[in-house]
Amino acid sequence: MSLVTGPVDARRTNTLIEARDVEYNFGATPALRGANVSIRAGEILAVMGPSGSGKSTLLHCLAGILVPQHGEILLSGQRIDTYPENKRSELRRNAFGFVFQFGQLVPELTAEENVALPLLLDGLRRNEALGRAREWFQRLGIDGLEGRRSGELSGGQAQRVALARGLVAHPKVLFADEPTGSLDTLTGELVMELLVTAAREDGTTVVLVTHEPRVAAYADREVVVRDGHVSSLTDDPPDP
Amino acid sequence: MSVPLTLLGLLEREPSHGYDLKRDYDTFFGRSKPLPFGQVYATLARLSRDGKVLPGDTEPGDGPDRKRYSITPNGKQEFEAWLGEPIEPEPHLQTVLFAKVVLALMLGRSAQKYLDVQRAAHLQRMRQLTEKKRNDNLIDVLLADHGLFHLEADLRWIDMTAARLPLLAEVVAS
Repeated sequence: MSLVTGPVDARRTNTLIEARDVEYNFGATPALRGANVSIRAGEILAVMGPSGSGKSTLLHCLAGILVPQHGEILLSGQRIDTYPENKRSELRRNAFGFVFQFGQLVPELTAEENVALPLLLDGLRRNEALGRAREWFQRLGIDGLEGRRSGELSGGQAQRVALARGLVAHPKVLFADEPTGSLDTLTGELVMELLVTAAREDGTTVVLVTHEPRVAAYADREVVVRDGHVSSLTDDPPDP
Repeated sequence: MSVPLTLLGLLEREPSHGYDLKRDYDTFFGRSKPLPFGQVYATLARLSRDGKVLPGDTEPGDGPDRKRYSITPNGKQEFEAWLGEPIEPEPHLQTVLFAKVVLALMLGRSAQKYLDVQRAAHLQRMRQLTEKKRNDNLIDVLLADHGLFHLEADLRWIDMTAARLPLLAEVVAS
């Protein structure tokens, strides 16, 4: 059965990031047992599955945070799992953005400094980095909060700051792990709406880990991780 | 809930008398509403007329239930098509989906596959409603929300049932 629902543009572009036969074990406990997934450029993919199924581990492997013990991770056709840590770290800064369940903002920094962080780490001058960060406050409807620290933000505001930080460097891929998990329904919906709108406008590929069907419904398609394997009923058609 | 299709599924397992069909139907699918004998025989007569089941010869003995019915290739085809298709995603579909899961387990098919197909159909409908919310006015947004929350409840049932398949298979086998 094929239930293809993604935008035509996303389906017709090439694979951007891919896991091939990936295995990952935490000690003696297997988390991924030959996981395969292929994500097109510009696509928003929801990764679903029960707790402990391996969905976050899959995200961490795709993002170069974890190195699989077997299998390959490819970005634009190039293996990245064989990169040394410093090169993977550089890749995470330059090509990837991240949003986690709890914003994980740096409490000592202001909201705008948090958003500017990826640009500062990439060597951009402070004024320019802060200027680019401020543009996102308007875009995500949080202007006026630039000078606040994380303790002075509501959960929804903090998550929008985290989203701005994830997108400020225009990553190729945004990895979002339960980005609405700590928010109430309405605030979570607002964050998802902003995430999807920004990703579509910038052509950012999104890997969205969630156990919530209403969050997954924002994606173009979903895969389910079950016992360390990835299953999909929404396979893309072959390239024209 | 389709009585004719469920009876076809029970007959695919093995040729049966009307009494056996009623007993198994009531055990698994008619717990709150047992199937009257009259409906069993009327349904079998219609299925026989339509070439989906075949009544055997009348067996010697007392009582009316002296024919053993078997499923025909036509009947099998209709049952297979029904079993593999997702149900229209709308609230309160659990009874039909439950019947499909139990019949799949009874017949040694992949119940997980049917649950996955239904899951995908549900999520596709949820994507449509989510997209609709992005463009509609507040009234339509609220209506879409109502649909989304009900579909989500169905999905939770689907996930829970998937997690309980091994236990359910034991119950069905016994």
